[in-house]
Amino acid sequence: MLERLKSTIARLGHTSLEGIRRLGEMARFFVLVLSSSGTSLERFRLVMREVYFTGVLSLIIIVVSGLFVGMVLGLQGYQTLQRYGATESIGVLVALSLVRELGPVVSALLFASRAGSAITAEIGLMKTTEQLAAMDMMAVSPMARVIAPRFWAGVISMPILALLFSAMGVFGGYIIGVVMIGVDNGAFWSQMQAAIDFRYDVLNGLVKAFVFGIAVSVIATFEGHDAPPTAEGVSRATTRTVVTSALVILALDLVLTAFMLREDH
Amino acid sequence: MEKTTIDLWFGAFVAAGFAALLVLAFKVGNLGGAERAGETYRVDARFDNIGGLKVRGPVRSAGVLVGRVSDIHFDNERFQASVTLALDKRYSFPKDTTASILTSGLLGETYVGLEAGGDSKALASGDRIQITQSAVVLEKLIGQFLFSKAQEEPAKK
Repeated sequence: MLERLKSTIARLGHTSLEGIRRLGEMARFFVLVLSSSGTSLERFRLVMREVYFTGVLSLIIIVVSGLFVGMVLGLQGYQTLQRYGATESIGVLVALSLVRELGPVVSALLFASRAGSAITAEIGLMKTTEQLAAMDMMAVSPMARVIAPRFWAGVISMPILALLFSAMGVFGGYIIGVVMIGVDNGAFWSQMQAAIDFRYDVLNGLVKAFVFGIAVSVIATFEGHDAPPTAEGVSRATTRTVVTSALVILALDLVLTAFMLREDH
Repeated sequence: MEKTTIDLWFGAFVAAGFAALLVLAFKVGNLGGAERAGETYRVDARFDNIGGLKVRGPVRSAGVLVGRVSDIHFDNERFQASVTLALDKRYSFPKDTTASILTSGLLGETYVGLEAGGDSKALASGDRIQITQSAVVLEKLIGQFLFSKAQEEPAKK
């Protein structure tokens, strides 16, 4: 009995220590990426290439999901607002929830599963096939040549994708609210404009997207770089990227929202 | 992937992002409003109760947006709310204009309504609107209604 209890506690301690060790390694990795990103900013084409793979190729999923999310918000909002005879506020509901919350959060989750997992798999496979080691041998820093460009591409792409998601969502809400249901066009836009403040709502949403972009990029590149050089190791690293990113995004969202609401008017 | 293709896609991607930001700023947000800093003049007004009025709330005259609420604070000498209105320079109002706190609809936003008087002199920057009307507080109205109802009851018997 005592032995079993001891082993359980020992396992818990081991897991916690392992978690703390990984957190420290990730922080060191983050600093290393930042310090070796001079090359990728100097030769910006490296970043542009990665933006194409992480950002541009994510456009379709982001745009289509944004449209659908906006449409669903429009339909659901209409159902509820109808009871209070305030269907004109449907624009406010759709735009506010998209710009403040759903735009940054959902697009970050999609970005983590679409682009983050791809980055992890790519870097992990490069490590498994010893391409990173070969680069090191040729005195080409894999940090500067492979990892930093992917990190910066994620940081650049994420806010743009979140903005597109929100804009498409508002358009989806417009299609459902004004075109399909027949809410007055003028009231739809004017109430939206009266309720949404550029600085408090749009810019704060952009700040969120930027922070999520940093978090997802660091996690994706770190997991890839840290993956055990086996097929199983790469697959587990890819899974970990998606799971950790999702948890970190939602936790960061809570923290950021708490800070932003405090300054709210 | 060719260099020019990547350049093209990168450019298109960033341009799409900027377009989305502009849409969110001007079509969805309030950055496209007519009010520009420096083209307004400030007028004060004191109210007994401002209800749900907020800074940046609209100021309307005859239903048209003529300015915004720029500051609200509590006057501790008169125990009243002191509201500063930033009115558009294009519109001028007589000195005896009435300001009242109104609500658009039952659940709508609170705004300041201006009703022009008959004075030949116009309000200038820094003036105070003398005639004001406070917000209607629903609880007080109900209280008054119940009170008068209660007074009626014995008379009927």
